[in-house]
Amino acid sequence: MIPAPFDYVRAASVAQALDVLHDHGDRARLLAGGQSLLPMMKLRLAAPEMLVDISDLDELRFVRRDGETVAIGGGTRYADLALSDVIRQSVPLIARAARRVGDAQVRYRGTLGGALAHADPAGDLPTAILALDGTIVISGPHGTRTVAAADFFIDYYTTALAADEILTEVRIPVTGAEKCWYDRFSERSAGWPIVAVAVAGTRIALAGMGATPLRAVAAEDVLAAGGDFAGAAELAAEGTAPVSDQRAHADYRRHLARVLTYRALQRAHSR
Amino acid sequence: MARPVTVDPVTTTRSTSILGTRVSRIEDPRLLTGASVFTADLDDRRLAGTAHAVFVRSPMAHATFTTIDTSAAAASQGVVAVLTASDLDIPPATPQFGAPMVEPYLAEGVVRYVGQAVAVVLADTEAQAVDAAELVAVDYRPLPAVVDVSAALRGGVVLFPDAGTNIASAQETAPDPALFDGCEVVVTQQIVNNRVAPAPMEGRAAAAVWLPRNSEYDGEGVATTTPPDRSENPLGGGGSGPNSAVDDDLRLTLWLPNQGAQTVKKNVVDAFGIDADRVHVITPDVGGAFGAKFGAEPDHIVIAAAARVLGRPVRWSETRSENLTVMPHGRAQYQTVSIGGTRDGRMIAYRLDVTQDAGAYPRLALETPHGTALMAPGVYAFDRCEVSTRCVLTTTTPVGAFRGAGRPEATAALERAVDLFAAEIGMDPAALRRRNLLPRFTSPFTSLTGAVYDSGDYPAALDRVLAAANYLALRAEQASRRRRREDVQLGIGLSTYVEITGSGKENATVQVHSDGSATVFTGVSPHGQGHATAFAMIVADRLGIPVQKIDLVWGDTDLVPRGGGTGGSRSLQLGGAAADGAALAVAELAKKRAGELWEVDPADLVIDTERAGVSVAGIPDRFVTFAELAAEEELSAKHLFAAEGATFPFGAHLAVVEVDIATGKVRLVRLVSIDDAGTVVNPMLAEGQRHGGLAQGVAQALYEEATFDEDGNPLTATFADYGIPTAADLPAFDLLDMETPTPYNVLGAKGIGEAATIGATPAVQNAVIDAVSYLGVRHIDMPLTPQRVWRAIRETD
Repeated sequence: MIPAPFDYVRAASVAQALDVLHDHGDRARLLAGGQSLLPMMKLRLAAPEMLVDISDLDELRFVRRDGETVAIGGGTRYADLALSDVIRQSVPLIARAARRVGDAQVRYRGTLGGALAHADPAGDLPTAILALDGTIVISGPHGTRTVAAADFFIDYYTTALAADEILTEVRIPVTGAEKCWYDRFSERSAGWPIVAVAVAGTRIALAGMGATPLRAVAAEDVLAAGGDFAGAAELAAEGTAPVSDQRAHADYRRHLARVLTYRALQRAHSR
Repeated sequence: MARPVTVDPVTTTRSTSILGTRVSRIEDPRLLTGASVFTADLDDRRLAGTAHAVFVRSPMAHATFTTIDTSAAAASQGVVAVLTASDLDIPPATPQFGAPMVEPYLAEGVVRYVGQAVAVVLADTEAQAVDAAELVAVDYRPLPAVVDVSAALRGGVVLFPDAGTNIASAQETAPDPALFDGCEVVVTQQIVNNRVAPAPMEGRAAAAVWLPRNSEYDGEGVATTTPPDRSENPLGGGGSGPNSAVDDDLRLTLWLPNQGAQTVKKNVVDAFGIDADRVHVITPDVGGAFGAKFGAEPDHIVIAAAARVLGRPVRWSETRSENLTVMPHGRAQYQTVSIGGTRDGRMIAYRLDVTQDAGAYPRLALETPHGTALMAPGVYAFDRCEVSTRCVLTTTTPVGAFRGAGRPEATAALERAVDLFAAEIGMDPAALRRRNLLPRFTSPFTSLTGAVYDSGDYPAALDRVLAAANYLALRAEQASRRRRREDVQLGIGLSTYVEITGSGKENATVQVHSDGSATVFTGVSPHGQGHATAFAMIVADRLGIPVQKIDLVWGDTDLVPRGGGTGGSRSLQLGGAAADGAALAVAELAKKRAGELWEVDPADLVIDTERAGVSVAGIPDRFVTFAELAAEEELSAKHLFAAEGATFPFGAHLAVVEVDIATGKVRLVRLVSIDDAGTVVNPMLAEGQRHGGLAQGVAQALYEEATFDEDGNPLTATFADYGIPTAADLPAFDLLDMETPTPYNVLGAKGIGEAATIGATPAVQNAVIDAVSYLGVRHIDMPLTPQRVWRAIRETD
């Protein structure tokens, strides 16, 4: 469990981190909470030549409410999200999802930005952000740009982020006490979810149902047309493309998506 | 060292016994404050200048190769040597367990599972060795893998063509056509007893050094040999030892986590073909074993051989992925059960057919089916029982012993069979068990398979568990949920079991020191259980020396030359009984010495456990402490305890589960257990064994399975994929106490290390199937993952 040799820089600022990324291109990787990257490096599934450590940058670790938007720094830990009063009052779905990530050790190390940039299709936070129509703020050599969550996730572990960019912030429209629920289905308490569902009002996002987190568009359409939860849930797996792997077969994932969507809608709207 | 002394226990007076009390673990402060020393932590001068070993392992399940190109690795920074099979300079490996298929220490032209070692890289640092290992190139030519035991039995792909078969061993019984005569109902079911990984917290490791035999290591400074200059070490293998002229003078010191240093030593002596006094095995702290650290494995032999070839200490510590793919797996039986009886619930005959998946090479899996066969009829009064077993090789991780090693598989098969029979005749599974259990017995009972059960009261165990769980109320709750078609249904599962532990011999030496402390030398080998506490209690009880002043020494073959180690739940009943005998022998020796001192007949002397010494009966002022006697002359005695026979712990478990019918997800709600292992020396230690055992038993039923794809690639090589549960997945356990002493040792103790594992697995499996039985489900193989349960439900639609 020893990674391949690499150089290491502890960045003093986002600007400095961007400079290092610029100099090293795709041979460099950002280190935030290290909850995905470090295990991959130890297994030698990843072998960056340069690690740019941004885990200590206070400028990336914040939660701010700005009118009808909540801004969250990319370096904000899951535990920060789970415990933040601003999050719990403004976008409670994020707190719900953050509470379910991994275990306590993971939640105190792992970051929101890391989860989004890693883009595991079974990730908790990517699914919640997608359900909330979040916006990803990206800093790069030529300044700052924003990408809608729906456009951010491209494929397995692939996002709109370029090798020389940093995910600095996520902006989420305030939902207030909107009806929401997050549930993840795993065999064990500490296991990866097979399928997860995030419900925010009439928006529904699913994890584990394809190469990226997905919106359950057909189900949302049923709700928008005044349909009931059962009718919506029945179509939850429409348009998804789950894989069959050792964790679960595609037909079981589709079934779980329907069951979990129904239950999540019920839970969200019974509150 | 004193000669063993014949003792009469009656001459020892005991006021209030410490035995049976909850003495806190005296080993814990050290373990909990990080003061423990595991093999990877060793900081020993003998290991100065060590080379670090990393194995190059096969990425293919089955392949031949002709060349291993080590040149790039050998030229890599810090690399001392890269060794392949021909570089080890030891005799060829020999057949094990009576099978003709021989496992080499490093692969020789063919690999037979993913993870098999083909070379070992030795470098100044572990990181350098890891880097270099990636540079070793092997020209593998793939052969078809055989993962499925049925395919392996058919023999299309044969792992050892010279053997002409994949069957490594067999105990076949010709089927008796009259076996089920008189049976109105016969139920047959194929059952998979899933393959699991032992996954101890500490993986495998070793440290080895060869030093001149006649040099006394002084324990402080550097040993009297200087490691040879690094530049003289052979690069790229082919070394023939530092100096063959002095080779015969070198003595191996080998540290490794293990369950019995004396067994390891024998394995090493046999492998190297050298005199026994040239091997010294030392056991540092051991972070769990579960049966998978018995003896020396090929990797350990390679480390010892590399140290000799290099003339330099070598250390090795495996990664978690190596542990999950190379440490022998457990269970892995493919069973067919047939059970016959009458419609009113008398079970008459039982047939068990076992195909043991042994993995790629003969290991302890060749022994475990014997335990399965012996315990096949379990706790029930069958008229007839027939068992056949065979072990078959597959291109997968070798299978060895895991917590119970054959007995859990017997119980799992039988308890499933009983529930299947109950379902077939429409009888309550508790009532069916109650009707067919062997009645209480106090003199040995010989089972249909020839096992001699020492003592048991199976009906009482079942009745007490049913009462404690409020079985009838649970059934009523179940009926109510079914009536109301609730989303979450209730399942109740039972398991009544008997297993076999102990038998054989074990030795102990008790030495009292002049400062009033004592040392116990034992041939058993703790790795988490709490031996130091239990053995100190036993000696304290006899001599009155406080528990805190009694040290336990184990696992060093120079200090304890003989011993059977810890496994098969043997430690307390054999090693503890030996320690008791040694303490009594010390007491007798002390009386003899005091008698000489005072010119009094030792028969007039008594042991005073209040003051830890000897006094004249009726004259308490005439008193001498053991410490004072030890100051005059060594006060020490050895005892060899030989049990009259094996002991048979037994028990009953009741599991309550909730099953989410829509998703198939299981939640274990309750687990009520009786695990009767005879008289308990320390209830807290026994409960610890039961808690861990129950957790591992539940884990096999619900979560864990080591799997491979059809090409033999392991799919569960990390803890992200291999499903060990955490405390969050388990309920608080309801432990009921029951003690039926064995007549075979003075402690009355049977083994508790494996019992709970054996009982828990089928109780939980039966509970899950019970929960969905109203939908027509009769059987689901383990692990009972949500997907499997859901699929079983769906297939009844």
